[in-house]
Amino acid sequence: MSDIAIRVENLGKQYHIGGKRAGQRTFREALLDTFASPIRWMRGERKAFETFWALDDVSFEIKQGEAVGIIGRNGAGKSTLLKILSRITKPTRGRVELYGRVASLLEVGTGFHSELSGRDNIYLNGAILGMSRREINQKFDEIVDFSGVERFLDTPVKHYSSGMYVRLAFAVAAHLEPEILVVDEVLAVGDAEFQKKSLGKMNDAAQKGRTVLFVSHNMGSILQLTNQCILLDRGRVISHGNSSDVIHEYGETSKKSGNFASYAIEENKHAQITEITVTSLDHKRIESHPHTEPFLINLKYQVEKWPIGSYICLDVFNETDVRILWSADVAKFNELTQKRTAGEYEARIRIPENVLAPGHYYFTIAIYAPGHSTLTDVKDKAVSVEIIDNGTFLSHLGIKHHAATVIALDWNSKKL
Amino acid sequence: MKKNIAPSTRTTNEPLITIKPQHGWVSLELNDLWRYRELLFLLTWRDIKVRYAQTVLGASWAVLQPLLTMIIFSVIFGQLANLPSDGIPYPIFTFTALLPWQLFAFSLTNSSQSLVGSQNLVSKVYFPRLIIPIASVLPSLVDFAISFLVLLGMLAYYHIPFTVRSLTLPLFLLLAIMSALAAGLWLSALNVKYRDIRYVVPFMTLFWQYATPVAYSASLIPEEWRLLYGLNPMTGVVEGFRWALLGSGRVDGMVWVSIAIIVVILISGLAYFKRMEAAFADVI
Repeated sequence: MSDIAIRVENLGKQYHIGGKRAGQRTFREALLDTFASPIRWMRGERKAFETFWALDDVSFEIKQGEAVGIIGRNGAGKSTLLKILSRITKPTRGRVELYGRVASLLEVGTGFHSELSGRDNIYLNGAILGMSRREINQKFDEIVDFSGVERFLDTPVKHYSSGMYVRLAFAVAAHLEPEILVVDEVLAVGDAEFQKKSLGKMNDAAQKGRTVLFVSHNMGSILQLTNQCILLDRGRVISHGNSSDVIHEYGETSKKSGNFASYAIEENKHAQITEITVTSLDHKRIESHPHTEPFLINLKYQVEKWPIGSYICLDVFNETDVRILWSADVAKFNELTQKRTAGEYEARIRIPENVLAPGHYYFTIAIYAPGHSTLTDVKDKAVSVEIIDNGTFLSHLGIKHHAATVIALDWNSKKL
Repeated sequence: MKKNIAPSTRTTNEPLITIKPQHGWVSLELNDLWRYRELLFLLTWRDIKVRYAQTVLGASWAVLQPLLTMIIFSVIFGQLANLPSDGIPYPIFTFTALLPWQLFAFSLTNSSQSLVGSQNLVSKVYFPRLIIPIASVLPSLVDFAISFLVLLGMLAYYHIPFTVRSLTLPLFLLLAIMSALAAGLWLSALNVKYRDIRYVVPFMTLFWQYATPVAYSASLIPEEWRLLYGLNPMTGVVEGFRWALLGSGRVDGMVWVSIAIIVVILISGLAYFKRMEAAFADVI
């Protein structure tokens, strides 16, 4: 007898990127293309699609009753893997065997209709997630109870607060009882109390011998929920094993980013980042830096076209992958940030002193063009820096655990 | 590093689901469709419920649309143009044709938009995708049922009796649904890939209506062209409705051609839909 729940063998998924091929072509273009292609063929031109493997030769096995976390940077292939396992999209290569009924939660409230009442939506959402009517009938009271919206059960959900909406949606999902449960970061919803409740419910599922596959950026909840982890990087399995070991390894690999990154210019991109460095104020590259001194993130970027509404932004992540800061250059509204003509640009972002607590930080720089996803250039955790404790107030007190920042607040105290 | 998986030791335990790349043509997976039948009913029910949720006139829209069209047609084609209506009062002559036509036209419009409209479902959860166009065709049956009551009233008013032929009506109704589904399958799948389909559909239904004997009689078509005329699947449906209820027209080769063409479009539509299905989530 076998106790395997999921077997993945040499799984690969290829996407076409760029070019006109990637969907949403108009019928007219397709027609023209069809007529033009023999001519191109005679001229010896071949259409070169840019392709990339979102998943490449991924193999693993998961035993029944295991709770497994899937971690990796953005773009590592986590979502693609979940989409294949939940049968939303088909792989290009390889195969997956699933030994049991699968339910996937890539989003809460899929298929909720705002005009319908809470009660109607429970049935609708339940059916969409694969529950039978009988199953929903049996669990109906439990679901309503868990969500805490019984008073508004017959109100259209468009009148719900966003909190109520999410609670109801999650309540339905939490009462799924498949043999294999595939969960994307849906736990990152609702208030803290509800999140705790949801985590508890997921934990129950795992305790009851269900196989749970869980993708998250939050290493805390991964550790709490899973005993095994799979680390993905650029579509490949880098490591598979005990959760705390794999999370440690993940931390190590991402530490390698360093204080300098440069990128070759690619064709057909409207705007792209060419260089990122971390330096002190006197422009010396730094590996580590005292927390009491400001430093700079410097970037160079090339612009060909600049769609209206585009912006460049910076994300600061700490060691546990929590986003500490986000900043965009449109915060300052001026001529340059609105209309950037073709050419090379540079920007220096000053990170003030006494903000980041001692620890290791990663910086992501991205250019976003709203509505033009192909134009985005994201350099995920391209550079990093180690902030050293230069005598924080806390270290004077002998306290080791810092908060995420060391911003000094003004305490206006007096004797009454 | 786990790279090579040891050969399986299982002998009896078969996987419940195997996910593989899709090459070429695939089976319809009808058993999967059957397993999700409750979802089909719920989605249909949702569409019906939502359709009239915020309308002032509610379900009377179902009656008003064919009724107003009938009045316009009666004035323009019946009175002004004085088109022949096979000896049957023009209003009921055209109303009998308008019912299956509007069932077809609404279903077609809904189903061609259905996949793109269900984008969030398609990209977030698995279920047989065929459910979406099917569920979008069915709500028009409710409209049809309501306006059919009006038709019954009109039949009584004009003293047109029921005959044995009337019993064949469900068959022609089925044909109307099948033609809407057939065209809907093609258009919904095409719409995912080519978004300009949505601009094509309104024109297409408009032209299609004039190519169908809704406002006029199929007997206006010269005899030698009748078989060719049957290539429009709705010709057979509309002629069948009149034949079954009013006793006008003929169920002959033309109707059989229509039935054959419906079957061809339906089967090819199913095949095309299933072939494109794997890519929906990636392209939508």
